Amino acid sequence: MSGIDWIAIIASAIAAATPLIFAAIGELVAERAGVLNLGVEGMMLVGAVSGFAAGYTSGSMAIAFAAGALAGMALALLFAVLTLNLQTNQVATGLALTLFGVGLSAFAGRSFVGVALTRLPPLDIPVLGTLPLVGPLLFHHDLLVYLSIGACAATAWFLKSTRAGLRLRAVGESPAVAHALGEPVNRIRYLAVLFGGAMSGIAGAYMSTSLTPMWVEGMTSGRGWIALALVVFGTWKPWRVLGGAYLFGIVTVLQLYAQGLGVQVPSEFLSMLPYVATIVVLVIICRDPKTILLNQPASLGQSFHPGR
Amino acid sequence: MRSAVFWPLRLEPRARPSRPMRVLSSPLAALAMLLVGFAVLKFLGQDAVAAFRVFFVEPFTSLYGVGELLLKATPLMLCALGLAAGYRANVWNIGAEGQFTLGAIAGSGVALFLGGELGSLTFPAMLLAGVLGGMAWAAIPALLRTLFNTSEIFVSLMLVYIAQLFLSFLVHGPWRDPAGQNFPQSKALDDSVLLQPLIEGTRVNAGILVALGLALLFWWFGSATAAGFRLRVSGLSPLAARYAGFSQRGSIWLAMLLGGGMAGLAGIFEVAGPIGVLQPVISPGYGFAAIIVAFVGRLHPLGIVLASLLMSALYLGGESAQIELQLPASVTGLFQGTLLFFLLAAELFIHFRLRRVRQGDP
Amino acid sequence: MTPRLRLRGIGKRYGDLAANDDIHLEVAAGEIHAVLGENGAGKSTLMKIIYGVTQPDQGTIEWEGTEVTIASPAQARSLGIGMVFQHFALFETLTVAENIALALDEDLKPAVLAARINEVSHRYGLPIDPERLTHGMSVGERQRVEIVRCLLQSPRLLIMDEPTSVLTPQAVRALFDTLRRLSDEGLSILYISHKLDEIRELCSRATVLRGGRVTGTAAPATETNASLARLMVGGELKECTLTPREPGEVRLQIQSLSLPTDDPFGTRLVDINLSVRSGEIVGIAGVSGNGQKELLAAISGEQPGREPAAIRIDGRDAGTLGPAQRRRLGLRFVPEERLGRGTVPSLSLADNCLLTGEAAGLLRRGVVHRAAARLFARETIREFGVRCDGELSAAQSLSGGNLQKFIVGREIRLAPRVLLVAQPTWGVDVNAALGVRQSLIDLRNAGCAVLVVSEDLDELFSICDRLAVIAHGALTEALPTAQLATETIGLWMTASAPHA
Repeated sequence: MSGIDWIAIIASAIAAATPLIFAAIGELVAERAGVLNLGVEGMMLVGAVSGFAAGYTSGSMAIAFAAGALAGMALALLFAVLTLNLQTNQVATGLALTLFGVGLSAFAGRSFVGVALTRLPPLDIPVLGTLPLVGPLLFHHDLLVYLSIGACAATAWFLKSTRAGLRLRAVGESPAVAHALGEPVNRIRYLAVLFGGAMSGIAGAYMSTSLTPMWVEGMTSGRGWIALALVVFGTWKPWRVLGGAYLFGIVTVLQLYAQGLGVQVPSEFLSMLPYVATIVVLVIICRDPKTILLNQPASLGQSFHPGR
Repeated sequence: MRSAVFWPLRLEPRARPSRPMRVLSSPLAALAMLLVGFAVLKFLGQDAVAAFRVFFVEPFTSLYGVGELLLKATPLMLCALGLAAGYRANVWNIGAEGQFTLGAIAGSGVALFLGGELGSLTFPAMLLAGVLGGMAWAAIPALLRTLFNTSEIFVSLMLVYIAQLFLSFLVHGPWRDPAGQNFPQSKALDDSVLLQPLIEGTRVNAGILVALGLALLFWWFGSATAAGFRLRVSGLSPLAARYAGFSQRGSIWLAMLLGGGMAGLAGIFEVAGPIGVLQPVISPGYGFAAIIVAFVGRLHPLGIVLASLLMSALYLGGESAQIELQLPASVTGLFQGTLLFFLLAAELFIHFRLRRVRQGDP
Repeated sequence: MTPRLRLRGIGKRYGDLAANDDIHLEVAAGEIHAVLGENGAGKSTLMKIIYGVTQPDQGTIEWEGTEVTIASPAQARSLGIGMVFQHFALFETLTVAENIALALDEDLKPAVLAARINEVSHRYGLPIDPERLTHGMSVGERQRVEIVRCLLQSPRLLIMDEPTSVLTPQAVRALFDTLRRLSDEGLSILYISHKLDEIRELCSRATVLRGGRVTGTAAPATETNASLARLMVGGELKECTLTPREPGEVRLQIQSLSLPTDDPFGTRLVDINLSVRSGEIVGIAGVSGNGQKELLAAISGEQPGREPAAIRIDGRDAGTLGPAQRRRLGLRFVPEERLGRGTVPSLSLADNCLLTGEAAGLLRRGVVHRAAARLFARETIREFGVRCDGELSAAQSLSGGNLQKFIVGREIRLAPRVLLVAQPTWGVDVNAALGVRQSLIDLRNAGCAVLVVSEDLDELFSICDRLAVIAHGALTEALPTAQLATETIGLWMTASAPHA
């Protein structure tokens, strides 16, 4: 199979997985606190359009990502106010957030369609980057790829080994008990939701400024939903989510290179792969009710009413 | 009971849900949306009053306009009726857009390829195929949920993308009209199966009558039948439903098939109606807008009828604003999302009440 | 000497209801002080106020002579007040150490924490393992975790909310030993209960609540059950009378029922054998978490099995049937969860009759008969004295006792051949409880076979003809109540238990 640049394929799989990692890790934290935010797709899109706009007008990638994070957080704030203060149904509100995010991002981004942006340059890691094979594969990515892995590690450490992480897990397990013990349930959930929003915003900004540096309406094409599925696939554990994201990255990229690999399948069916894979992966994980019972935060999706 | 404190006002739970607010919450949400829309248009430098006229008044001053209103309300109503029945049972079908697509594909397939053999039966067969196609697509999440505990939210949504890709494949490939100059669309449907306009000078067809009839049917189903009661209980208290012996599996299947069948019917009505041919884009997001319609209609058939008209008006207003004011198409989506948010917030007032914090309150 | 805790004129309203009204309470150092009252008297509200979970509308709290406002549980803990909850405030998927760490306000290293836990648990005879996940633990163990959690913060006042409602008689003895040891060291204890015998044995003083107000204080050792009862309910504690009768044919037969469980926190049922005859009440006692939930679901049909003959209702095989089909055979069920299982909280009482009312013609040929349902509900309300705003009021608007009367009434009026009841009077006020128990006895006298599963031993002894014990998913033989003593039952409850 000559002529196929496997290095390039895997490298682009890693890049493709990066927005999934950011969004999924962010949502994982929110869900561990017991909040189901289905608006990830919407938050990613507003992050994408804000990141693109900010990056284009300022020329600075740092500002682009900051803008993306803030946009995601703004939408997440809206979600938090509705579900945590006003006690609205989390599923319905999350769907509303997605629809709203799709519309808002399309509206805000209309003057940026077709505009070009220079993508984030890859890092030049000394020594390691020049290793044969491994070098270009692992050590020649842009900064955010490494930050995504760092975010995963930080989240895993936070949840397992810090007191704050323990308190967050307790809230997700049983907000009523946590409240009786004096934990500020809503405040912890607010922070978790805002973190999720920021991460989704960064994920979207990465897509529009680095992965495919452009803005198109609805450019996330369901990645936000795949990120949500990844949280389930990873049974709410950060490292597993990371692994799942890379798996998906490979699936996503393979479909693009399949033609080059001599696969004789119509392109539309290849494009279906990531979505079919999501379904298959969910079926596998959810089949055994014990898996969900033991791993899913017990209070996920339920509103918490303090008092009496 | 401890109440949530919010600014200088406090939210107090009501002893009993407020009846007036149940009815008023949607109109109030619509009003809030309009106010926000007004502000947004002003912010964009438009003459807001004129824009509002273009958006909300002009499209409906002609007979054609009213016809369009009813025409666009039809798929929304059909999809929302099916979805609402499911949402009341806590079955979250969000793949109506995909079921719509499959219904259109199945129905068109019958019309295009079996039209010769079936003759005068083609029309009813086409409609039946539409319903069954939507149901079949909805059966997948139902099956995966009942057999493998997989969330219907994800499965039904992923199937939307898959359905759209499948449609694209068909109209670019095997179903493409050979005489169509390489346009990605199928042969036009035969005149004998097309839905004809009901009123001269408009495009509205019998679909609206079917939708209204089904709305009545759904009303009866929800309030008077045992099956409707069972669905409702399984949504309100799954443990109580199990205690009563109501089958949870049965509820999931019923909810998904109702949603899928209605969406499939909407799909084939759209193709056999205003579009007349199978093409890559057959819906401006009706399946998703129907979710909003279901909620704004408070999951009740009467409310859904009214909410469909409102949403249809938003679509038409958006089109008219695109042409006359050069506003982007996405402004419609923005209004729709805002409306849903306001509605969710307004629902709050059914169960809570605002009180000013008095001095000396703990 | 200044009392450690003094409450003056405490009041708290919830809407129209005065949960606490002008409460005075004084607890001295090293005193075990009982707060006595029946369900609904306002004890829980008062404890929530003392522990900072909620704030009083009126009145003052003095802690060791100084007036304080207790704004949160964390603040209560910093003052030196600890609380052992009735329904343990533990996180299932966390370890004992993690659970305890959450309640502590300082961040301790895991090794230091484990050492401290071991030290306290040995000192007071409360054996626990810091590394164990909570979910596998028995009720007795959980309570020990709760107590150790409180003790690690060196409290000066410990509030214990109905601590013995879930314990075996032997475990109650052990708990009393621990509490006496603690009070000897100067710890004040607020002991909330409605069990007169225990209070007379353990407590030096008692404050009695009724309807949200203090009806009196007493020194329990010098009182009789009758005099305390008078303060608690304003009269004699009426008892049900069970006249012996000859039981008839077998109506419910359970044979070699074994059921695995999908729930990682659940209990397997092992070879259950039981028969209930017409005209008798059989009781199943047991500490919570030993398979009661699973057994009830297996009998009611909510968790059907594979063996049709494992459960026979009125002579017919029913082991694989669902709840609705078992109802048609004559089995009716009053579940433990009144809201959310026995009724749908937001639906009206009339609509709630549709849940199980097929036999009364409320659902016919696929159509709902609303008028018939309303009539049925109205009659149930009248016959069983349910206090509510009519048959259209929502189930969640009724008090616990009234809702239970409604559910019991609904099922009794549907003429069961076998009635299955779980926790019939849990959380129900004394008068309603009496009414419910009497209804069960009347039903038994009319020839129905009644099976009661309860954690309240006193109740079981007062209404059951025969009694069995469930432990670790296995059932003992059901012997006549007259031949049994509470100590025997207690032993059965803890038989072959690795951790008591």
